[in-house]
Amino acid sequence: MKFGVVVFPGSNCDHDVYDVLKRILKQEVCFLWHKNHSLEGVDAVILPGGFSYGDYLRTGAIARFSPIMQEIIAFAKKGRPVLGICNGFQILLESGLLPGAMLRNRSLRFVCKFVYVRVENASSRFTSKCQPGQVLKIPIAHNEGNYYADPETVKELEANGQVILRYCDAGGRVTDEANPNGSLGNIAGIVNRTGNVFGLMPHPERASEALLGSEDGRYIFESIIENFS
Amino acid sequence: MPKAKVYVYLKNGILDPQGKAVHHILHNMNIHEVQDVRVGKFITLTFENGLTEEEVRRRTEEICRKLLANPVIEDYHFEVEMDQR
Repeated sequence: MKFGVVVFPGSNCDHDVYDVLKRILKQEVCFLWHKNHSLEGVDAVILPGGFSYGDYLRTGAIARFSPIMQEIIAFAKKGRPVLGICNGFQILLESGLLPGAMLRNRSLRFVCKFVYVRVENASSRFTSKCQPGQVLKIPIAHNEGNYYADPETVKELEANGQVILRYCDAGGRVTDEANPNGSLGNIAGIVNRTGNVFGLMPHPERASEALLGSEDGRYIFESIIENFS
Repeated sequence: MPKAKVYVYLKNGILDPQGKAVHHILHNMNIHEVQDVRVGKFITLTFENGLTEEEVRRRTEEICRKLLANPVIEDYHFEVEMDQR
């Protein structure tokens, strides 16, 4: 399977994602520069974390208008897989490929630590390698991860099983204490209605080998490989 | 040159942690009469000469809607100043 990892000025997890896909998961990978007008025949696109365009205006607001994003929006609308991690998730929200928006963390602090997330829907094509309710240990690193959507939208996400990951404690309990940023409903990751666009704040690429403290991030990448190749 | 002064701010009812922090500090400063603080953005757009006020307004509206504000969480308003010189 061929993955494309998008590189914006300010992306800083692009090489981590590339390394996990290539060295650990033995997939074909290429970088896609933000000025590109072609996706170079990739089977899946990954928008990595970082601070695209310095987070100017709002996180993801400028990246959304880059040439490569026009290709990615068309690609997503054809039902092809797009994964947005952290800043990538923020870009997907700004692009309208996923509903809602990110507010500043309620603590007003940049939060960088391992968290636990519970798999709310293990039948999605991004989590099929997980067990329902499985607790994954994956780190977060963000300042704007406080997920917000109007009540109508949240109701719809819940009803359609589009909430994929929720912040929880080590035992899988979804509590306010386990919510690192104030996200509505402890939402950590959502998928679009058609199930081919997934955005999450945790960084699976930073938790894909035992040396780094967790391998749980691999479930996400392996699910993509299983379902979209 | 015509200018549009744009204000972008979080919608009413949406928690503004930044405003809350500023409000909190006001209390520490012994200023208690401020009831609420909301923090937003102020953006100036300078247009080329030769546009009518109507055109500047229409364009600014479009720029706000598409780029400067995120309609999910933010509202905006703006004032237009046409150069009299």
